[in-house]
Amino acid sequence: MISFNHVTKKFGENITAIDDVDFTVEEGKIVVLLGPSGCGKTTLLRMVNRLESITEGEIIINGENSKDMDPIELRRKIGYVIQSNGLFPNMTIEENVMIVPDLLGWSKKDKRERFEYLMKLSGLDAKDYGKRYPHELSGGQQQRIGVVRALAADPPVMLMDEPFGALDPIIREKIQDEFLQIQREVKKTILFVSHDIDEAIKMADKIVLLRDGKIMQFDTPSEMLAHPKQEFVSQFFGKDRAIKGLSLHTVENLREVIGLGPVDDSVQDTKTINVHQDLRNTLSMLLNQEADQVIVKDDAGENIGTITIDLVQKYLHFEIKGKVSASQEG
Amino acid sequence: MENWARFLEVNAPRILELTIDHAILVSLALAVALLIGIPLGIYLTTNQYLADTVLQIASITLTIPSIALFGVMIPIFSLVNQGIGFVPAFVALVLYAQLPIIRNTYTGIKNVNPEMRDAAIGMGMKTRQRLLRVEIPNALPVIMAGVRTAVVMNIGIAVIAAYIGAGGLGVLITQGISRNDNYLIISGSIAVAILAIIADSILLFIQKRYTKKVVAD
Amino acid sequence: MNRKKLIGNIVRYALYAVVAAFFIWAISNSYFDYIFSQSGTFLVLLRQHIVLVLVSSLLAILIAVPAGILITRPKFKRAEWIVSNIANLGQTIPSLAVLALMISFLGIGFQTAVFALFIYSILPIFRNTVAGIDSIDKNMIDAAKGMGMKPHQILFRIELPNSAYSILAGIRTAVVLNIGTAALAYVVGAGGLGVWIFTGINLFDNGFLISGAIPVTLLAIVADFILRRVEYAVVPKGSRRIEKA
Repeated sequence: MISFNHVTKKFGENITAIDDVDFTVEEGKIVVLLGPSGCGKTTLLRMVNRLESITEGEIIINGENSKDMDPIELRRKIGYVIQSNGLFPNMTIEENVMIVPDLLGWSKKDKRERFEYLMKLSGLDAKDYGKRYPHELSGGQQQRIGVVRALAADPPVMLMDEPFGALDPIIREKIQDEFLQIQREVKKTILFVSHDIDEAIKMADKIVLLRDGKIMQFDTPSEMLAHPKQEFVSQFFGKDRAIKGLSLHTVENLREVIGLGPVDDSVQDTKTINVHQDLRNTLSMLLNQEADQVIVKDDAGENIGTITIDLVQKYLHFEIKGKVSASQEG
Repeated sequence: MENWARFLEVNAPRILELTIDHAILVSLALAVALLIGIPLGIYLTTNQYLADTVLQIASITLTIPSIALFGVMIPIFSLVNQGIGFVPAFVALVLYAQLPIIRNTYTGIKNVNPEMRDAAIGMGMKTRQRLLRVEIPNALPVIMAGVRTAVVMNIGIAVIAAYIGAGGLGVLITQGISRNDNYLIISGSIAVAILAIIADSILLFIQKRYTKKVVAD
Repeated sequence: MNRKKLIGNIVRYALYAVVAAFFIWAISNSYFDYIFSQSGTFLVLLRQHIVLVLVSSLLAILIAVPAGILITRPKFKRAEWIVSNIANLGQTIPSLAVLALMISFLGIGFQTAVFALFIYSILPIFRNTVAGIDSIDKNMIDAAKGMGMKPHQILFRIELPNSAYSILAGIRTAVVLNIGTAALAYVVGAGGLGVWIFTGINLFDNGFLISGAIPVTLLAIVADFILRRVEYAVVPKGSRRIEKA
């Protein structure tokens, strides 16, 4: 758990980078710091592992005040991932991943086992990649290594500063999915900086929307999309926030609320989709395939119905727009 | 201090004269080196095979100590009765100066953003137009860096050339050594250092003046 | 394509031919004879030359690398600009002058030459050490700090391995320059192969000129070659590619 208690940071007398920020990242949850560039999100993140100092207030990490801890000890207990992956070019992948355990004086056997476990998580072959150097890997692979390196000494807390920002959109999505998969297994307490709204909606249990060092809103993604508390928040998420919100819902949700269409065996050559697929991807599939309908399959692979653009629109209206307009009227 | 004033009163005109000689020797060598080095550097960008050979030779030649090169050149030039004096010194300076120029012209043009080159080709520029309008202007900072290296290096090498009778500020230093006169040594060294700094500053000024608009990144 | 290769080959073999012609000419005029007829003297001069270069270079490495590390620490970062500018300025003073000026402080002899060569070798090594450390990606240092590495761990595990290429290149430059400058050690009476070159100039004797100049040249080329090999062996495999770019 990371608690920010009225945290303020000033540069000099006049510039306030972080202004009385107060929120908590619950155990095992991901909180995304979201905001335009210059809003102070990276500064706030770097205050947790004391790469930046705190002017006022305190940050409590798992019950301990960060101020009272030795910064070196503190940092070794916190995983840290940055955008440009920060891999050390002079070290092999194995040396890179094992650097914190090495600093902590782990035994060779422990390191070896841990490395193999982490590489399994990353989906890269330990034998194949261990002896390679960072430049021999693709950008996506380097970033995977950057992530598992932060996990190496099994820190309870992770700080991630736009970790997937430098990747191209297709690879980014894939790595986001993989990371969520990993998170389901390791359940770390994560503070995650992003300027990408879609990424924030996808990754976050809760979002902190920052502007000029102040919290504009601290809420779950769906709450924030449905009930933006301020003009700035609704502007920031944009007019298409209803469609953005679709990524929080699955075909399954739609089926429960309005039901799927019947399977029409006479239509040949239709695409299929899993029932757990999110609605945003489903919609883009419907639009891009120029297919009138897509067959929905359950996990067993049985056809359980079809989905059309009309159905998505109907659901959008009921579930999301309804909430949005209600909040605007009220 | 008083001694210095007296020394300079007597020697100032001579120091100035030798400084000018020094500057002329280096400038002439630079002019010839530019005439050879830049076209050659440009040509090398079109012939990878020759480029490998020439750059390899250049890097080896640059390791040859100047006094040793003079030592080899004297016997060769004495075949045409020019063993000692201006000619071997001048040839050695031209040889040394063109190496950084060739190397930097080549790498400067080679490193011009390939997309920029593609764009130029796509607009229908001919090779010559592309070279003059796109590649050379963009490679200019690198080329000028090579020219600066060459000039500063040559101002130092020309000092040693005094031993083979090429004149210049080295004369003050060599005389100072043989007469055990520190005034000569120090005044000669300071004059050389100032000459090098001025030459480098002028070239830097030219480089900035003519590349500012081009290199935005 | 073949024409280009042909031109390249012609140039390459023409150069081989020129070098071969030079050696044939020099040998047929018995310009190398002193090396054999006075082999005792030659070996003494060669040894003097090598000792001058080795001692002064080692001293310079011992001073310049730590100095470069020190000046790049945050505490001294402000002094870096000034020190680097002084270093650049120092580079414009002719090597001959450094040698000559030392005479007035230390008199004539071996120590004087070693000291002058040492002073003159410090600059390239210092500059390259600073440049190498400064060129390291700040994000990498940030990552290291964020992982809880102590300053000395960052220095030895990250900064030095990743600037090794630049530091070693500085050492190579210094040593090769040093071999040439040591040939001037004759003027402070410290011996070395320069003795024969200067004798050749003074006596207008081609034999002394060639017997002195060619070994000095070979010494420089061989030292350059060996140190390039050392660089290749020492620089971490992963850093190599990046530095070349």
